[in-house]
Amino acid sequence: MSDVQNYLSPHRLDDAVKAMAGGDTTVLCGGTDLSPQTDSGLREYAGTLMNIRRIEGLSGIDLIDGQIRIGALVTVTGIGNSQLLDELAPVLVEAADQFASDQIRNAASLGGNICNASPAGDMIIPLLVLDAVVELSSWRQGTVHTRQVSLDEFFTAPGKTVRQENELLTAVIFDQPAESFVAHFRKSGPRPALEIATVSVGIGGRLENGSLSGVRVAMGAVAPTPLRARSVEATLEGKTLDAETIRAAAVDAGEQATPIDDVRASAWYRRHLVCVFTEEVLNDVLEN
Amino acid sequence: MKQLISIEINGEVHELAVAPQDSLLHVLREELGLIGTKKGCDTGGCGCCTVQIDGRAVYSCMTYAMSVQGKPVVTIEGITENGQLDPLQQAFIDAGAVQCGYCTCGTIMAARELLATVPDPDESQIRHAIAGNLCRCTGYQKIVDAIKLAAANSA
Ligand SMILES: Cc1cc2nc3c(=O)[nH]c(=O)nc-3n(C[C@H](O)[C@H](O)[C@H](O)COP(=O)(O)OP(=O)(O)OC[C@H]3O[C@@H](n4cnc5c(N)ncnc54)[C@H](O)[C@@H]3O)c2cc1C
Ligand code: FES
Ligand code: FES
Repeated sequence: MSDVQNYLSPHRLDDAVKAMAGGDTTVLCGGTDLSPQTDSGLREYAGTLMNIRRIEGLSGIDLIDGQIRIGALVTVTGIGNSQLLDELAPVLVEAADQFASDQIRNAASLGGNICNASPAGDMIIPLLVLDAVVELSSWRQGTVHTRQVSLDEFFTAPGKTVRQENELLTAVIFDQPAESFVAHFRKSGPRPALEIATVSVGIGGRLENGSLSGVRVAMGAVAPTPLRARSVEATLEGKTLDAETIRAAAVDAGEQATPIDDVRASAWYRRHLVCVFTEEVLNDVLEN
Repeated sequence: MKQLISIEINGEVHELAVAPQDSLLHVLREELGLIGTKKGCDTGGCGCCTVQIDGRAVYSCMTYAMSVQGKPVVTIEGITENGQLDPLQQAFIDAGAVQCGYCTCGTIMAARELLATVPDPDESQIRHAIAGNLCRCTGYQKIVDAIKLAAANSA
């Protein structure tokens, strides 16, 4: 294992992104992905290990001008306990409750879950349903520069994103959902705790008179990246959510999934689960 | 490359040299001799390394020792007061919730966070709280009983 030369724990965002400007920095937040990945040799530390946990201003969950902003350092426990999210975006709380164990939830950060870019990342699926963007910050021309990238365009391959090496993910932002917006999330694994999703499905939209509009469907662990299933969205858009529509959406979801065989499940089983979950989540949505 | 840090464990401040990638578990066991905290999987899958940081249960095997500077750490050795066992320790003995004992310290530390936030938990809250702690001996029922007993005895 390569030896870390230097450890930083900045309190200010500008100091953090300045340190990243030179490259050769590994970002540490909760460490729940970084630690096993480095221990197993899957990845090596850079010369500098930078703990971002103490940076001020990145730990809030706020409603600002009709937008919800969640700081990158917020833990999964923080999401699960948030009154604001429980009221305005409960699908995130629902997903947080199904995440790992208390010990992991207490350490795991939202930013780490997204930057780790696992196709199974449990915070990513509900955030796709909420049509979130991520905010990336870097040091440029003597100041902190930020840009926003749609979460939908953020992931490029397992573990890979469009984030540049000198960029820190600082927040996740999405519009406050409409009154009539309903969304649900479901994940499977052989046991309820400490389990990486075999597959997961999140579906949301405005539910009015028994039909959905502005539908967003996201699926985890069925493709190289977390997936927005646009054709399933089209199947559902504006239709009365009856048994026939739900069945059609489930079949379509199975066709959109391109899962792999691995130690957790076979591709066949994953595809089957996607169909079942799509049906179940749509029934949950219908019941509110 | 090691750096000198100071960390507070069970109310006592320790100055010691650690490498940036050293885990808190490594420091507890190998540097400080606090071997009540167990090393099972060393990758976040078993829970027997659970300690509390700032009152929250975490796995010490994936906590970087450097990152706990300024944050009070409590281990199983720190919950006994003036030679009196913590109500959870006593309840684990009374309920017969210890067989080989390897998981016990971690499970108690996880249950401790639960009882601090939910003084009178129901069975499903208990099972949820210890879901990140594996026990290969007891079948969990007596562990659940012990936590209920500790809650009742602390009420
Ligand atoms: C036993 C166990 C169970 C788990 N269960 C689940 C589960 O149920 N669901 C799930 O989705 N995941 C699960 N995970 C994976 C992991 O806990 C999550 O992905 C977690 O959210 C990672 O957050 P972290 O703060 O620990 O990230 P870290 O490990 O600190 O970082 C993860 C990666 O992101 C980078 N990074 C972190 N923050 C930023 C930032 N703000 N900007 C740029 N880069 C950053 C790091 O450099 C690193 O590459 C599990 C892990 C373990 C060990
Ligand atoms: S040793 Fe830490 S969880 Fe197993
Ligand atoms: S008592 Fe043996 S592992 Fe729990």
